[in-house]
Amino acid sequence: MIDLSYIQKRFDQLQASHPNDELASLRTEAFNRFTRLGIPGLRHEEWKYTNVSNLFNNEYQQALSASALSGIDQSFLDSIRLPGSTDADELFFVNGRFISSLSSIRSSNDELIVISLPEALKSDFAAIVKQHLGHSNRYLEDGIHALNTSFINDGVFIYVHPHLKQPGDLNRPLYFYHISDVRDNHILSQPRNLIFAAGGSRIQITETFATIGTMDNLSNQVLEVVVNKDAYVEYYKIQNTVNANQISTTHFHQTGKSYVHALSLTLNGGTIRNNTNLILDGEGCDSHLYGLYLINGRTHVDNHTLVDNRQPNCYSKELYKGIMDEYATGVFNGKIKVERLAQKTNAYQSNKNILLSDHASINTKPQLEIFADDVKCSHGCTVGTLDENAMFYLQARGIPQQNAKALLLKAFAMDILVQIKPDRLRNYVEQLISDRLLINE
Amino acid sequence: MKDELSTLQQTVLKDYKYGFVTDIETDTVPKGLNEDVIRLISAKKKEPDWMLEWRLKAYAGWLKMEEPKWPNVAYPPIDYQDIIYYAAPQQKPSLNSIDDLDPELKRTFDKLGISLEEQKRLSGVAVDVVMDSVSVATSFKKQLEEIGIIFCSMGEAIQNHPELVKKYLGSVVPMTDNYFAALNSAVFTDGSFCYIPKGVRCPMELSTYFRINAENTGQFERTLIIAEDESYVSYLEGCTAPMRDENQLHAAVVELVALEKAEIKYSTVQNWYPGDKEGHGGIYNFVTKRGICQGYRSKISWTQVETGSAITWKYPSVILKGDSSIGEFYSIALTNNYQQADTGTKMIHLGKNTKSRIVSKGISAGFSNNSYRGLVRASKWATNARNYSQCDSLLLGDRCGAHTFPYIEVKNNSSVVEHEATTSKIGEDQLFYCKQRGIDSETAVALIVNGFAREVMNQLPMEFAVEAQKLLAINLEGSVG
Repeated sequence: MIDLSYIQKRFDQLQASHPNDELASLRTEAFNRFTRLGIPGLRHEEWKYTNVSNLFNNEYQQALSASALSGIDQSFLDSIRLPGSTDADELFFVNGRFISSLSSIRSSNDELIVISLPEALKSDFAAIVKQHLGHSNRYLEDGIHALNTSFINDGVFIYVHPHLKQPGDLNRPLYFYHISDVRDNHILSQPRNLIFAAGGSRIQITETFATIGTMDNLSNQVLEVVVNKDAYVEYYKIQNTVNANQISTTHFHQTGKSYVHALSLTLNGGTIRNNTNLILDGEGCDSHLYGLYLINGRTHVDNHTLVDNRQPNCYSKELYKGIMDEYATGVFNGKIKVERLAQKTNAYQSNKNILLSDHASINTKPQLEIFADDVKCSHGCTVGTLDENAMFYLQARGIPQQNAKALLLKAFAMDILVQIKPDRLRNYVEQLISDRLLINE
Repeated sequence: MKDELSTLQQTVLKDYKYGFVTDIETDTVPKGLNEDVIRLISAKKKEPDWMLEWRLKAYAGWLKMEEPKWPNVAYPPIDYQDIIYYAAPQQKPSLNSIDDLDPELKRTFDKLGISLEEQKRLSGVAVDVVMDSVSVATSFKKQLEEIGIIFCSMGEAIQNHPELVKKYLGSVVPMTDNYFAALNSAVFTDGSFCYIPKGVRCPMELSTYFRINAENTGQFERTLIIAEDESYVSYLEGCTAPMRDENQLHAAVVELVALEKAEIKYSTVQNWYPGDKEGHGGIYNFVTKRGICQGYRSKISWTQVETGSAITWKYPSVILKGDSSIGEFYSIALTNNYQQADTGTKMIHLGKNTKSRIVSKGISAGFSNNSYRGLVRASKWATNARNYSQCDSLLLGDRCGAHTFPYIEVKNNSSVVEHEATTSKIGEDQLFYCKQRGIDSETAVALIVNGFAREVMNQLPMEFAVEAQKLLAINLEGSVG
């Protein structure tokens, strides 16, 4: 049995320091849920292949005081910056807390507004935040999600205004950097943010993660995105931190006919669990979900996706591809739900995997739950290894085995890479993958 | 084509055709389950001590287990103390020929469309009819005996071939494998036993007709088929049951063992009482079926057509232990009104170069829910394992549900596993095409559904294929609109 008393202690501290907070009641309710549900074990159907209970065994510190954060030097920040950062809105989170001194919002106030969640609840946006914060609780009924909700405090609320420039233009890209500072303590960071893309707005979001220090870190991060009518949202998640343990949840709630394009990319990590939810709650939503996991060592990646079709005439497409080498384990669990109302739904899902080593493994479960009859839904899944004929073809033409392998793997990954729409970001990711494939040889 | 349609029309009957109770005095034990009941069953069957001990051990295991809650089905709790665990039709102690059969019993089978004499004379099928847990007639036994095949009831096998039963009973489905298998191990009353010796190809299809008769009797069948090296057998199982208001529990266990280069083909047509249109009554069918490909290049093939039962909970599985062994699963599951089906298969690849193939077709209509739940596992040692799975669902009506839960676990890099699934409804254009040619919508739907299920139908032995096609049409009656 794992000792979770340290979490209780941290929770009491947090509640004591913010007693009259608007968020306090939300936290209490979530914490009660957490105490009831606990950390899910392998017997929990949604956590069957991912053991997280041992991750909670450390006595983690929850967050540091602001002064302790000064020690992060500029060169480290520059090293993790994404391409095009000088023309982006950059938000830095250290151990789950939004650090405004490091962040730079370059957009004007009539394009984008960033305020902390407690402040947002006192502002004009209070009604919006109250309505949408915690929508994900209805879909993720486990202790870990409740745990994040019980510690909501330091996150931000972002309001994206409708786009005013020429059609086709995007706002500045919005970059989230989640940094775990584990130089002195084991850290459990729980960032929680909410983005509201107003009707007709267009936004491109990228989240990335980094670690300083060598102590254990666990990140239980949640981002909720509300996508209103005629809004356009692109979302990219890049996970490339050695030994980082993450539970990363992204929850899209499409409230009207809108477009979402979400992609997650996992290249490195310890135990990683990604929950990606797409709630299609408006007629005629268009949603695209992509993922690539290219892992080795003892990395464990678990991608759980949910596409919940609640209204008629929605279209969704999902493609996840994985390459597992050495002792890596991959998990894919894709669920498509079609509710009774959601007639004329088109939903496609595909999961393709390559195993490169005899010690690597994959557990995949593409799942359909359909309650409407006038739908077209399909899912497919494959597991295999590199095609011997293709390898032979390349080698017969004088390409060394190593290069042939890298070429084929890159081609396999390309289906996902081409879905990264911003050129700069795509080139950056392509470079990461090319480096990785050659280093591996 | 025209012939096929007219047969369909003839057989489209509005209500459950096989709903009647045969009035035979039955010899039952008191309701409820405890050690004494198990001792009584064992004593009534004149079983040796080792069998009784086995049952008691299973019962002890069962007491410690909990009813599984994970299937995607809902039903009121079952009171296991309200079930009669043993009922045998009373008849003369021994039968010399089929003519000695109780005339009442005989009429029952005639109504079901099984004429023993006719089958014996014409089709060359040996029928081991199980009615209320005791085999009442076994035919063609002599002919089979001549080539060394043992085909008898489980009770007889325990008496006459204890060494085989001891060796294989519970070897594929351990007595405490799951809740219902444990219950079955404790109280099973009869079933079929089949042993095919080395190098023998069984010359005829072996079949059993199960039938639940006495009121409040759960039927706990136990079937064991052993195919020795280089042998072949095709086994047919067909089920119908009379109409009943109270829910009845059926928890059978089927075990198949295929040794080196042996092949077992197991086909099922299940048409038990599904409950009325409001979802009252009907059979609970909680069955554990599993086969093991023990030897090199052995093969096990499951084919099932599931149209009946209020609840079906059934996963015919294959453990591919021998190198280069093959497992197959072909299934049609049709649910209508308030039926629920949670069915699928498990293919456990352990040996090298093992292959498996899964084709599952689910058809849901009315208010029913139909789930496919399957597992394909390639272990670390199962190099070059190959699996192909396909599960398609067809939805008729907007109040039904179709669900797919495929689990795929691969632990080595030379295996290739593919899975694909689709869900759709009958295309308007297909219906229009048929109607335009003067086929009414009901017949058109039956035609399209039969086409949808054709891939599985083709796997059925001839006599079953015809029956199965009729069943699909009967069960779809009234669901189109």
